Amino acid sequence: MSLRRRPRWAWLGWGVAVGVPLVFLAVFFAWPVVALVVQGFFADDGGGGRTLDLSGFAEVLSEPRTWRVVGQTLAQASAGTVLSVLLGLPGAYLLYRCRFPGRTFLRGLVTVPFVLPTVVVGVAFRNLFTPSGPLGWLGWEESFAGIVVALVFFNYSVVVRTVGGLWERLDPRAEQAARALGATPWRAFRTVTLPALGPAVASAASVVFLFCSTAFGVVLVLGGMRYGTIETEIWIRTTQFLDLRAAAVLSVLQLVVVVAALLVSARLRTRRERALQLTGERSGAHPLDLRSVRDALPAAVTAVVVGGLVVLPLAGLVLRSFRGPDGAWSLANYAALGTTGGRNALTVTVWEATANSLRIAAVATLIAVVVGGLVVLVVSRRPRSHGLRRAVGGLDAVFMLPLGVSAVTVGFGFLLTLDRPLGLDVDLRTSGLLVPIAQAVVAIPLVVRTMLPVLRAIDPRLREAAAVLGAPPGRVLASVDLALGARSLGLAVGFAFAVSLGEFGATSFLARPDAATLPVVIYRLVGQPGAENYGMALAASVVLAVLTATVMMVAERMRGDSGGGEF
Amino acid sequence: MAGRREPGTGLSVRDVVVRYGQRRGHAGTTAVDGVSLDVAAGEVLALLGPSGCGKSSLLRAVAGLEPVAAGTVAFDGADLAGVPVHRRGFGLLFQEGQLFPHRDVAGNVAYGLADRPRAERAERVAELLALVGLDGFGARQVAELSGGEKQRVALARALAPRPRLLLLDEPLSALDRGLRERLAVEIRAVLHATRTTAVFVTHDHDEAFTVADRVAVMSAGRLAQVAAPEELWRAPATRQVAEFLGYQTFLPHDDGLLAVGPAGLRVVDGASGAATGGEVRHGVVVATTFRRGRTEVTVDADLGAGEERLVALADGGVPAVDDKVGVVLDPRGCAVVPGQHR
Repeated sequence: MSLRRRPRWAWLGWGVAVGVPLVFLAVFFAWPVVALVVQGFFADDGGGGRTLDLSGFAEVLSEPRTWRVVGQTLAQASAGTVLSVLLGLPGAYLLYRCRFPGRTFLRGLVTVPFVLPTVVVGVAFRNLFTPSGPLGWLGWEESFAGIVVALVFFNYSVVVRTVGGLWERLDPRAEQAARALGATPWRAFRTVTLPALGPAVASAASVVFLFCSTAFGVVLVLGGMRYGTIETEIWIRTTQFLDLRAAAVLSVLQLVVVVAALLVSARLRTRRERALQLTGERSGAHPLDLRSVRDALPAAVTAVVVGGLVVLPLAGLVLRSFRGPDGAWSLANYAALGTTGGRNALTVTVWEATANSLRIAAVATLIAVVVGGLVVLVVSRRPRSHGLRRAVGGLDAVFMLPLGVSAVTVGFGFLLTLDRPLGLDVDLRTSGLLVPIAQAVVAIPLVVRTMLPVLRAIDPRLREAAAVLGAPPGRVLASVDLALGARSLGLAVGFAFAVSLGEFGATSFLARPDAATLPVVIYRLVGQPGAENYGMALAASVVLAVLTATVMMVAERMRGDSGGGEF
Repeated sequence: MAGRREPGTGLSVRDVVVRYGQRRGHAGTTAVDGVSLDVAAGEVLALLGPSGCGKSSLLRAVAGLEPVAAGTVAFDGADLAGVPVHRRGFGLLFQEGQLFPHRDVAGNVAYGLADRPRAERAERVAELLALVGLDGFGARQVAELSGGEKQRVALARALAPRPRLLLLDEPLSALDRGLRERLAVEIRAVLHATRTTAVFVTHDHDEAFTVADRVAVMSAGRLAQVAAPEELWRAPATRQVAEFLGYQTFLPHDDGLLAVGPAGLRVVDGASGAATGGEVRHGVVVATTFRRGRTEVTVDADLGAGEERLVALADGGVPAVDDKVGVVLDPRGCAVVPGQHR
């Protein structure tokens, strides 16, 4: 039996690569979430210990308010998902199957909402639906319809990109064969194309459902007191009523919904990857022909969606931000960003909050890229041993969990556990590191999902070729994996930075007033009375949107057309 | 054996076993089952066999990419167990070349020369590109190359560090036929010019015979025969080897079998059949095809082992389907194989 002997430092290196992310996830994700769950299941027994006590469940679950919130969550998520898919399919067809001038720009425009901070979207739609706003006559202020429209705004691009990405690579000859056999265009689409797209549609739908059912910032801003989700309810119970037990019970309830959605999504994703192998590489895009119904109908639908759903709220936000408290055109709102708002609504000025946001996002990005990069490095290996291969697959799945667990739950869990992490005498809650860490937890799954497909697509024989040519493992890593993954690293950095900039759920729990971030400040301004504060909120939202869009544009440019990533 | 260097003795493979999918409670599948093989310095050996016979696994085990479950791989007398891939000083050429897409042609060829001074590196790259007929291609992007050019660059890249042993894993299989035949001749010329010791894995016997000094035929994880091309063709060691080389039927012959090769059967008309002196048998024409300037006639005929569908060469006129024709054995296209007729 001659086994290859690896140098000891190689094992040490892989040990660190696996250990650092696992410890990070255990301390900053698993522990807070578990502590939160425990809070719901156990009660103080009076003597300093804890006993199992499920009465919290009985209590919370018997309240009609709980079921109203659960019902609203499911109804909003379902309506948002169905509408996103129905509107997204024509969009995917137009943007990935047709060629026309300005297509790249339109693809970019459609992506903007997905990366916009939730608070900004909330403010933009609120501005649209206020009685004095452009769509005030609809009466959608603080309404179910208003929330659903905002959710569709967010998730439209998820459907377009996921389905379009597959549609683009779908071999058009299958549909051509159906047409040659006498099928009408509609029948060919229904019987050939749609079934082929099925897994991608289902996968996109489950991701959208997940995002919709855990929506926080946008619902908090738009729903007012009457409409909410489990997520906003957790936040209200914690911060307004200080009812930690009820919040914990609701968090468990939310976990159940999320895990179910994640399981469906994971199953559909493997099916999608299998289906992808069947498709050819050739692009089936044809020049847009507006004279045929086949192209004109999707083009019309997409024009309405992009115009009404994407451009209108954003344009409305920008225009309104240039109207001073007296309604005249002015830069007053932007000038006020250097103040702490009317009646001192804030502890810091908006510019200080912007600086906080940028600083915190930079730290969070660093953490997310280092931890996520290590995960990608490990998960993209295909070890020879069966056991190790399963372990690698498990690691991949574990790091997707933060995508599903709500940021509010994470932030709340941090409050419960990190006063003395691991028995150490440092209170992370006041150290200033807590917010970046929480944001990193949210961003890591995105970093992994962006880089992993690119590294996985590297032919393992490329690494073998390098090794045979005399490259030691370190050089193989640098000259093959790193060199080919560099572009996706740029995109991952951009994603992580944008997500951190806009993160609101966990940050709203953890940021101290004097270290508030831009989204926190915006939410606070929206909640304060006075036209001056409202105007500041609009201007601050524009600043945040511009920052995020700039980061994403730079990142997208770095990606070029090499593809990769799932969002 | 381990540790004692014997310069110039080349590759020595002893009782090597390669297994896949081993885990607790699973023996896994055995891809290479106790193969012993020697390749002398400067020799080119072809490893020939049908797909799935274990030839690529053996090659990967020699390269150090696959762990050896039993047996030893040694070079110049030094056991290679525990020597990682990058310290073996071997070269490897894959089926699709596996060029680094983010480096240009020169960057690819120079990859294995990282420890040389810059000037020497540039000189060696130019020298090798000239050797494979790609003078001045250094600044080209990999994506701009044709399939044949990619394989030439891959060959140059593998040869640049002057490997002690070059392993070629079906390097021509992804190319079209004409190019494959031309490149096989070129590879042989390059290997001889550089006096490179090489193992060339292929499933195509024409390619093996073109490139190699000796051919090792593998079947189901074991070596069936190792011989020079002419000898292999003239005297296949077993019926299995003969079948793989394209011998179409086997007839009882003294104490063995007479293997009838692809050119071992000829269509005759009555007069010339008598002239060749062989025993004329009769068959019915099923189809005729014209390949490489010759007419090949598919006939149903009984040569003494029951009626079989066989291919015979026709020198004269082309017979029509359903014609009755005479066929005769051509001893120059036949070989005697030890073994019993079924």
